[in-house]
Amino acid sequence: MEGGKDLKQARTESRRDFLKSWPIAGLAMLVGMKFKAVPLWASTDAPYNAREHKYGMGIDVAKCIGCGRCAEACKNENDVPREPFYFRTWVERYVINSAGETTVDSPNGGIDGFPPTTNEKGILRTFFVPKLCNHCEDAPCVQVCPVGATFTTEDGVVLVDKDYCVGCRYCVQACPYGARFVHPKTKTAEKCTFCYHRITKGLQPACVEVCPTGARVFGDLKQRSSPLARFQRFRKLHTLKPHLNTKPKVFYADLDEEVR
Amino acid sequence: MPKQLTRLIIVFTVLAGGMLFARHRLLPKTFGERGHYRAAAVTYIQNLPVKYAGREICAGCHTEIVASHSANRHQSVSCEVCHGPAAAHTESPGEVKLAKPNKRAGCPLCHRYDPSRPTGFPQIDPQTHNPMKPCITCHNPHRPETPHVPNECSACHGEIARTKAVSRHAGLDCNQCHNAPVQHKVTPRTVHPEKPRTRLFCAKCHGKDANSSKEIPRIDVDTHGGRYLCWQCHYPHMPEGT
Repeated sequence: MEGGKDLKQARTESRRDFLKSWPIAGLAMLVGMKFKAVPLWASTDAPYNAREHKYGMGIDVAKCIGCGRCAEACKNENDVPREPFYFRTWVERYVINSAGETTVDSPNGGIDGFPPTTNEKGILRTFFVPKLCNHCEDAPCVQVCPVGATFTTEDGVVLVDKDYCVGCRYCVQACPYGARFVHPKTKTAEKCTFCYHRITKGLQPACVEVCPTGARVFGDLKQRSSPLARFQRFRKLHTLKPHLNTKPKVFYADLDEEVR
Repeated sequence: MPKQLTRLIIVFTVLAGGMLFARHRLLPKTFGERGHYRAAAVTYIQNLPVKYAGREICAGCHTEIVASHSANRHQSVSCEVCHGPAAAHTESPGEVKLAKPNKRAGCPLCHRYDPSRPTGFPQIDPQTHNPMKPCITCHNPHRPETPHVPNECSACHGEIARTKAVSRHAGLDCNQCHNAPVQHKVTPRTVHPEKPRTRLFCAKCHGKDANSSKEIPRIDVDTHGGRYLCWQCHYPHMPEGT
């Protein structure tokens, strides 16, 4: 009888142990899956580690001369259609007259220069503002994409997967900065990539490379010694449409309140 | 276990299995590796070709130009701003040649006068500033000099100079009628050149008994034109035009 009792007890104990071991096994499996998702050896294979970076851009409005070389370089570098309404970056001219009315124009994105301003006497103030995708921290375009074709990379760049995009144009509608368009040939969404193929190789984006006055500053927000970090420390910065809480990573210095 | 429950379990298992299988088949390979997207797309974008080589690489061959260029007012202007994307040229310098923008089109993109440009940025009006001349005849883009006072009136008054050049008055020097002081070239808006004020000025050549060439048309200054001054009917820079 005693032996039977012992046996029973032993059996229940082993069942309890067995059940106890389940969560551990589950955890082990999860950990295993996690390791499968991000292979540990990836860092040795590719020297570029996206997690170490977070990219942003600074724009010094007072330095922009409106030459449009950035828009031209962007079209060259990224094979953007040459038609005057497809731009990944473009330059806007703001003219505010003494009556307080603001006119904004951007003929061909500023690539061919700007026509002379009419009625120069009535100008109160006027300046150029380069525009591009703001690579928002909370990007509305990423939120609305129904298929996961647009996304934020680990280094904070908003990209489009052109093989996965279905061309529904939700993102074009959602972007508050008008930074997206649908490519006329592929019929998929396109936008500024911060020249992702260049920055991951240590180069500057094409627009920053050619800016003749240094109005555009590119850098790594995680690095304290980057030109952008310096720009952030010494300039009074503003982002576009901050009330939308998109948290843009393109910072403007000397921005006028009329700019939206 | 009741029979209906067994059937229900079987149906659900098959459905769930089917869903899992379909998900496995339909989901792209690298989807979800790093987030709610295809990790392969990032790799694809990362491997796109680079077309702008960057300003550092040019110094490898064009040592002299880069050295002089990086010590003057154009030092912030990258080579590729004017010469275009150079990555192909750096790979095969013999075959791929870059653009040499030696016409008048390139420079005004930055230097044409526009009130929207920052104050103090050097600007000119291409219509009046030495028209028809390529910028590089006077300015070296790799070593642009601080602007100096131009010698000829046509540097600023190009339209007038061009009109006069094809008129009967082509042979006349500007100073013959205007007598511009030297200071006008330095501060053109505060010191103005003289202008003829009376009919007698034109009469010095066109008057009846003026001491001038016989081919010059003559008038009687006292009666011709009544109360009007000469240049109210005749445009002196193109006299035959009006």
